[in-house]
Amino acid sequence: MPHEDYLNARYGIRSWLLTTDHKRIALLWLGSVTVFFFIGGLFATMIRIHLLTPTGYLVTPETYNKLFTMHGVAMIFFFLIPSIPAVLGNFLIPLMIGAKDLAFPKLNLLSWYIYMIGGCFVLYSFATGGLDTGWTFYTPLSSIYSNSAVTPAVIGIFINGFSSILTGLNFIVTIHTMRAPGMTWFRLPLFVWAHYATSMIMILGTPVIAITLLLVGLERMFHLGFFNPALGGDPILFQHLFWFYSHPAVYIMILPAMGVISEIIPTFARKPIFGYSFIAGSSIAIAVIGFLVWAHHMFVTGESVYAALTFSFLSYLVAIPSAVKVFNWTSTLYKGSISWDTPMIYAFGFIGLFLIGGLTGLFLACLGLDIHIHDTYFVVAHFHYIMVGGAVMGYVGGLHFWWPKITGRLYPEALARTAAITLFVGFNLTFFPQFILGYLGMPRRYHTYPPEFQVLNVLSTAGASILALGYLLPMLYLTWSMRYGKVAGQNPWPATGLEWKTDSPPPTENFDVTPEVTWEPYDFKNRPDLGLAAGAPSLAPAHGDD
Amino acid sequence: MSEHIVSPKIYLVIFASLMLGTGITVWAAFQDFGKFNIVIALVIATIKATLVVLYFMHARYSPRRTQMVIVCSVFWLAIMLALTLTDYDTRSPRETRLAPSAISQLLRA
Amino acid sequence: MHRTGELYGQFETLEQQKETAALGMWVFLVTEVLFFGGMFLTYTINRRAFGTAFGICSNTLDIKLGAGNTVVLILSSLTMAMAVWSAQVGKKKLASIFLIATLGLGTVFLGVKAIEYKQKFDHHLIPGRSFDMKYHPAHPMPGDDLEELDKEKQEVDKAFAVDPDINAHGQLYFSLYFGMTGLHALHMIIGAGLLLWLIKASFAGRFTPQYNTPVEVVGLYWHFVDIVWIYLFPLLYLIDRHR
Repeated sequence: MPHEDYLNARYGIRSWLLTTDHKRIALLWLGSVTVFFFIGGLFATMIRIHLLTPTGYLVTPETYNKLFTMHGVAMIFFFLIPSIPAVLGNFLIPLMIGAKDLAFPKLNLLSWYIYMIGGCFVLYSFATGGLDTGWTFYTPLSSIYSNSAVTPAVIGIFINGFSSILTGLNFIVTIHTMRAPGMTWFRLPLFVWAHYATSMIMILGTPVIAITLLLVGLERMFHLGFFNPALGGDPILFQHLFWFYSHPAVYIMILPAMGVISEIIPTFARKPIFGYSFIAGSSIAIAVIGFLVWAHHMFVTGESVYAALTFSFLSYLVAIPSAVKVFNWTSTLYKGSISWDTPMIYAFGFIGLFLIGGLTGLFLACLGLDIHIHDTYFVVAHFHYIMVGGAVMGYVGGLHFWWPKITGRLYPEALARTAAITLFVGFNLTFFPQFILGYLGMPRRYHTYPPEFQVLNVLSTAGASILALGYLLPMLYLTWSMRYGKVAGQNPWPATGLEWKTDSPPPTENFDVTPEVTWEPYDFKNRPDLGLAAGAPSLAPAHGDD
Repeated sequence: MSEHIVSPKIYLVIFASLMLGTGITVWAAFQDFGKFNIVIALVIATIKATLVVLYFMHARYSPRRTQMVIVCSVFWLAIMLALTLTDYDTRSPRETRLAPSAISQLLRA
Repeated sequence: MHRTGELYGQFETLEQQKETAALGMWVFLVTEVLFFGGMFLTYTINRRAFGTAFGICSNTLDIKLGAGNTVVLILSSLTMAMAVWSAQVGKKKLASIFLIATLGLGTVFLGVKAIEYKQKFDHHLIPGRSFDMKYHPAHPMPGDDLEELDKEKQEVDKAFAVDPDINAHGQLYFSLYFGMTGLHALHMIIGAGLLLWLIKASFAGRFTPQYNTPVEVVGLYWHFVDIVWIYLFPLLYLIDRHR
C-alpha cells in the first residue's frame, strides 16, 4: 500500500494519543477493551477452577464473592458495553454514511479518556480490597455493610457512564446531520440503525445509573438513608433505579451485535436482507420496549405482585422484535448463495446461541417458573448465552468481517474457521451444563455446591478452557496478520456498504470525494461495481418483502 | 435551530407570565386545597417549564427532530416514574416501611 | 466552536455545523433530564411514604429566600435569552452586558443558597449524627421571631405525635434537599464557568449574526438549569404551607 492511509498518515505516540480521527480512536478502544476482557477473563478462570470441587479450595468465601463481582463489573461496564459501539461503531459509522468523521471528533477522544480514567478508579478498587457486592451493588450491602472498596468502584463506573453518554450523543447527532447526499434513512445499513437504537438507550438510561451510584456513594460516605430501612429508606428503591438502566444496558450490549449480523448475513448469502424496514424498526422497538421491563429482575426481592404481573407481561412483549430479527435473518438465507467464511460461521453461531439465550429469558419472565430458577445457574447460563454466545460472537465476527477494511490485511482463513468452531464448542460445553445445574437448583454466587453437581461443574470448567483457546487464537493470528497477512483489496468479500467503496485501510478523510448514494442497501443485483460473476443465482428485489 | 429571531417583546411577555406563575404558586401553597395542592403546584410548574422550553429555548421555532428529542425525554421520565409507582402504589404502607421504633420493638420482643 | 466561525473539517457547510451543535446540546439535556429524574423519583417515593415529615421539614425553609431566588433565576433566563438576541442582531456590546447580567444574577442565586445552607447548619438540620428537628425551636438564634418560633415548636411537637420517627424521615427530606439543590448548584457553577468563557469571547467581539452558536448553546443549558429549579422550588419549599 504505497499511498497514504489513516495508519501511516502520521507517526509517533502523540499522533495516536491526541488524534481526533475516529478510525484511530477506534483502535485505541480496541486495545483498552481487550485489556479489560483479559482482566474479566482472569476472574472467570479463577471462578471456574474454584468450582471444580464442591467445597472449593482455591479461594476463601470472601474472595469468591470478590471474584464474581469483579468479573461482572469488568466485563459488563468495561468490555461489553463499549466493545462493538466504541470499536466497530466508531470506525465504521462515518464510513457507512459517507462522512469524513463523526459530528464531534474531540468529544470522541474525550470519551476514550473518560473511559480510561473510570477504568483506573475501578482497577484501584480491585487492587485495594476488591469488590464483593455483586456487579448489581444491591443495598444495604453496598451502601452500608460491605467492607470492600465500593466507593472508588462506584466513582469509576460513574465516570465511565459519561464515556457511554458521549459516544451515544455523538452517534445520534452524526446519524441525523452528517449523512452524505442520497443516504436517506432507509438506505442506511442496518448496522447504523442498530447503533442509533443503542445510542438512544445510552442517552436515556446511563444517567439513571449515574445518579443511582452517586446516591450509593453518598449514602456510604454520609450515611444518608435512602436505601437504609433503619432510617425509613427502601432497598427496593435502589433496585428500581439500578435496573431501570441495567436492563436496557443488556440491549446496549446485544443490539450492536445484531447490527453486525445484519451486515454479515446478506454478504455471505449474497442476497438482500429480508425485511429491511422490519429489522430497522425492530431495533428501535427493542430500545423502547427494553425500558419497560426492568422490574423482572425483582420478582422475588420484594416488589408487589401487581407490579410483577405488569413487568412479566411487558417482558414477553420485548421478545417479539428480537424474534422478528431471527426470522428475517433466516429468511435471508433462503435461496441465497451461502459461503462459509469465518464471519458467517460466527453469524450462524450467533443466531443459534442467541435463540437459546433469548428463549430462556422468556422462561425467566414467567413468574411461577422464576420463583424456582431465580438466582440459580439457570440465570447465569441465560445471560451468558446472550452476552457471550450472542454479543461476543457478534463482536469477534464483526472484527473478522471488517478486519480487511481496518488493517488492509486478510487473516488466515483456515485457522480462523478452526478458531470459530473451537469457540462455539467451548462455549456450549461451558454454559449448557449451567442450564441443567440451575434447573436442578444450584444457586449462583455461592462458593460451594452439593457434591452431586460436581460432574456438570467439571464439564463447565473443561468447556471454559476450550473457550479460552477459542479467544486466544484470534488474538494471535489477527495480530500476526497485521504484518504478515495477505493484502486485502478494497472489497474482498464483496459487500455492498459504502465503507467498501474506499481503500483498505481508508485514507484519513475516508473518501477522496464525498460519495453520492443512488442505490438501495444490500442490492447485490444492481451493483456491477462489485464484480460479481454473471449467472449468480436469482436474487430477490432490493428491499425484500417489506 | 432556525434563523428565526425571537423578538424581545415576546421574551418580556413570557417573563411576565413566569412571574405571574411564581406568584400564583406561592399564593396557592398557603391555601388548603387538600390533595390538589401538589397537583396545582406541578401543573403551574409544568406550564412555566413549557414556556421556557418553547420560547426561551426556541423549541417553538426548532426543527421537528428537536421537538421529538424534547418529547422523548419527558416521556422516558414519565415511564420511570409511572412504572415504579405501579410497585409502590400496590403495596400496603404497613408492608413498605417499618419505622425504626417499631423495628427496635420487634427486636426486643 | 472555532474562534472565527470557520468550518470544521468534518462538516460540509456552516449550516450543518450549527445544526449539529444545537442538536448535540439538546441530546445532552436529555441525559440531564434523566439524571435529575432519578432524584425526582427518589423524592416522589419518599414524599408519598413520609408526608408528615416532609411537610414539617419543608416549613423550615425560608420561603422569602426561596421565592426570591426563583425570581432571580427566571430573570437570569430572560437576560440570557436577550444575550442570544443581541448577538443575533449584531449588538455586540449589548450581548456582553446581558451575559454579565446573567452571570451576576446566577451569582446572587448561589450566594442566597449559601446563606440558606448555613442556616440549616445552625439549626442542626444537616443529615447526620447531630440532626435534630427539635433543636431550633428549643434554641432561638439571634434574629428569630420568638412568636413564629413558638408556633414552629407546636407544629414540630404535633408532627412527632403523628410520626415518632420524624428525626429519621426528616433526614431523608434533608438528604434530598441538599442532594437536589446541591446538584442543581453544581450545574449552576458549571454554567457560570461557561458564561465567563462566553463573556471573554464576547468582549473580543467574536459573536456576530453569522456566528453566535456558543451563546445559543450555553443558553439552552442555562434555561434547562432554570427549569430544574422551577420544579425544585414548589416540591421542596411549598409542601403543607397552609398548615
